[in-house]
Amino acid sequence: MSAGTGAIRHRGLRFEEPLIFEQGAEGKTGVDLPDVPKIKDRLGGLARKTPIGLPGLSEPQIVRHFTRLSQKNYAIDTGLYPLGSCTMKHNPRLNEKLARLPGFGDIHPLQPESTVQGALALMERLSDWLKALTGMPAIALSPAAGAHGEWTGLMTIRSAHEAAGDARKRVLVPDSAHGTNPASAAMCGYEVAAVPLNARGRVDLGALKAALDDDVAAFMLTNPNTCGLFEDEILDQAEAVHEAGAYFYCDGANFNAIVGRVRPGDLGIDCMHLNLHKTFSTPHGGGGPGSGPIALCEALVPFAPVPYVAEGPDGLRLVESDASGTAFGRVKGFHGQMGMFVRALAYILSHGIDGLRQASSDAVLNANYVSAGLADLMSLPYEGPCMHEVLFDDAFLKDTGVTTLDLAKAMIDEGYHPATIYFPLVVHGALLLEPTETESKESLDHLIATLRRIVERALAGKPDEFHAAPVDAPRRRFDETAAARRPVLRWRPPAAEDRAAE
Amino acid sequence: MRYLPLTDADRRAMLASIGAPSVDSLFRDVPEAARDPDFDLPRHAGEIEVERELGALAARNVAAGSVPFFLGAGAYRHHVPASVDALIQRGEFLTSYTPYQPEISQGTLQALFEFQTQVALIAGLDVANASMYDGATSCLEAVNMALRVTRRAGVVLSGALHPQYRDVTKTGLRYLSAELDCLPPDFDGTESLVDRIDAGTACVVVQYPDFFGRVRDLAPLSEACRDAGALLIVAVTEVVALGALRSPGEMGADIVAAEGKSIGNPLTFGGPYVGLFACRERHVRQMPGRLAGEALDADGKRGWVLTLATREQHIRREKSTSNICTNSGLCALAFTIHMSLLGEEGFSRLARLNHAKAAMLADRLDSIPGAEVVNDSFFNEFTLRLDRPAAEVVDELAGRGVLAGVPVSRLLPGEPEAAPFLLVAATETTDEGDIAALEAALREALR
Repeated sequence: MSAGTGAIRHRGLRFEEPLIFEQGAEGKTGVDLPDVPKIKDRLGGLARKTPIGLPGLSEPQIVRHFTRLSQKNYAIDTGLYPLGSCTMKHNPRLNEKLARLPGFGDIHPLQPESTVQGALALMERLSDWLKALTGMPAIALSPAAGAHGEWTGLMTIRSAHEAAGDARKRVLVPDSAHGTNPASAAMCGYEVAAVPLNARGRVDLGALKAALDDDVAAFMLTNPNTCGLFEDEILDQAEAVHEAGAYFYCDGANFNAIVGRVRPGDLGIDCMHLNLHKTFSTPHGGGGPGSGPIALCEALVPFAPVPYVAEGPDGLRLVESDASGTAFGRVKGFHGQMGMFVRALAYILSHGIDGLRQASSDAVLNANYVSAGLADLMSLPYEGPCMHEVLFDDAFLKDTGVTTLDLAKAMIDEGYHPATIYFPLVVHGALLLEPTETESKESLDHLIATLRRIVERALAGKPDEFHAAPVDAPRRRFDETAAARRPVLRWRPPAAEDRAAE
Repeated sequence: MRYLPLTDADRRAMLASIGAPSVDSLFRDVPEAARDPDFDLPRHAGEIEVERELGALAARNVAAGSVPFFLGAGAYRHHVPASVDALIQRGEFLTSYTPYQPEISQGTLQALFEFQTQVALIAGLDVANASMYDGATSCLEAVNMALRVTRRAGVVLSGALHPQYRDVTKTGLRYLSAELDCLPPDFDGTESLVDRIDAGTACVVVQYPDFFGRVRDLAPLSEACRDAGALLIVAVTEVVALGALRSPGEMGADIVAAEGKSIGNPLTFGGPYVGLFACRERHVRQMPGRLAGEALDADGKRGWVLTLATREQHIRREKSTSNICTNSGLCALAFTIHMSLLGEEGFSRLARLNHAKAAMLADRLDSIPGAEVVNDSFFNEFTLRLDRPAAEVVDELAGRGVLAGVPVSRLLPGEPEAAPFLLVAATETTDEGDIAALEAALREALR
């Protein structure tokens, strides 16, 4: 298991790369810092006496190490990334450049307001755009990611109900929802009840109505939903939800399908988070950072979290504590993901309203094109048109001995990142493809042709090839069960490992 | 539009293969009343225009690096080596998703494994996760974890905990069954947390160095926690301190919830930052967030996967340990690269340098009539008591081109006692010119 450098063999451009902990040597460093002035220490007698155990490496070693690691990643920059529900679209580099301007990147969150007027104006500009695009009157910018936005939104809803003396116990979540929805509801102290879908892949309106009573605080809907379909009875859903005195929450993970064409406020939505790292293309960065501002209806505005930007006598100011006493509090340190706000606003200004509308139109067109190119070979659980992503189930793999997972791994050998698999949970062996609007027709044709070839191979009955896939990636399939049974979550010096084994 | 590759000819051809008359027809499931409203919004713009527009907004802010600068209070300005930003901008890191497919995500996964190891080492604990949103949300998650581990409800928050960490924790516990014991602001460092612990205490949350900059031995508190079966959560807002100080784990902490921004990440007006979360091995299955773990592939080669996913929302839904999904991946990568560049020697020297600059600054400011350093101990930040309201002085000095520090009243509004206190921080970026400028300006303001 230990990767002594002598045993490592590189192949072509594929490098084997040990951990930094296996490469370091005492006395090396990758930074040159000045000598430390002599002073009498004020550390309260708590100066560290033992070494931490960090390895020492020089800058060229570090640059090579992380460059080699990067080459083991699939990314949007290397190819189509059809990961359904994740909106892996092109990340413009202009946005990176602007976020690094010293006037944005090198300002402290607690500087006097007079020294950050441009930053506050940027937050306000972004909010104005998001209000216009959602058709909702207020935006709270501070949530750090989609799930954090869900939680913030539900906290706002709960505060509103409690303030009205109408404490409620339950949140309704469709079977097809992202796992974060029920998890966020639980973190607000709510019980979660599931609402089934109908045969058309939409929320069953009758079941929703039956589940609504005066203990229901909110109905959380993803629209377009996780089956890639627009909830065509959404106005009736909204009416039923509001009649029951509940709020209508929308998970905005799929806003990319409708931005610039449909305003959630016109659909009866009361509260919704926006994933700036999906719809507005701030980079995913291998798992974040994200940004999940929430849009709020008028009734929820008094309960929004702090901080927010407001007009003051000397320009813009930050309201950091709530004088009225209705805001439910703070959800994050400082003011939100400013770096993501800059990138998102740059994306929005670059597109303009015409470009945003074209982007959602192309996203939907691309998904339907992929759907049409595969419909005869693969199985669609629900009739289209789909929105920005297309959902297949595994009925077409019946009796082939090939599973959805096998198919996904076969995509890797063909140079693709797999689709989202086994989600949503409502169809068997789900495979959710989201091409996004930043793919060309040629790129989609190649994806369709590749998937057709893979499926034809599966139908031809060679399951063993599939079970072995991937064979051309930096690693083959892992034994994840063994990894979870005895988790190794950090490197330890070999000597310590031996002791532990004794 | 430069980001959209389809041509009109492509669109027509694609509609023909779909068998749809128009793109609008694909949106037929949208209720008619909600289709295509009028938006009174600007049209698309080229790079030149967008750069000009946002550049103008950026120019209206005073960049920290352009003036003598002494702010901290949970966000410290450090030098980030050029190679860090160059490496995190590699498209393979920047434009990849959470590593759900380990065979083609080994770069992100191995970096996370290195990150987890570094975090565990500096915290002095066994294991760490793959990051949280920031220090404040890490603190809340730590408290939630302590409630699960101990199955108790009592939560004691020190009055020397960063007020925003306190507020985020309060928010998070508002509708859960927890009993919060929030101590009043500990201006003079006399609070006794040990006295607040009883058989119902799930955890005690204390900051190290504390919000006012003081460095306290946590061993007596950790002993009291252990005796009572409670967990000790140590919040760290300035991780560089751990290069010079005994680690929280060494003093008996059970969970460390820290802000990792100082290593590898710019100030960026408060976010995105990176929450660090470390704990003891025996509690690992109660941890929130993603975990990278070692695994063997079908050829027996070592690699890394996301592991213990059965704790997480996409599997356990409302029974998960947290709702967190997207975290701070790229900021964690920046942390890992910077920490790797520093190494043992660099990290230790960086910390000693920070402390030395702060000590020099403290001596100089303490000599000013009307200003007094309150702390007996500190790392790179200390509290100054002024004979005028600190907020006033800070605004005045900002007008003279010196960003003097953070008035405690900004973070503790409604606490009249906070008025005279100013938090002042120095880092390796602070030079003699900066110190002289602050000293002169403060002398003038307090005259």
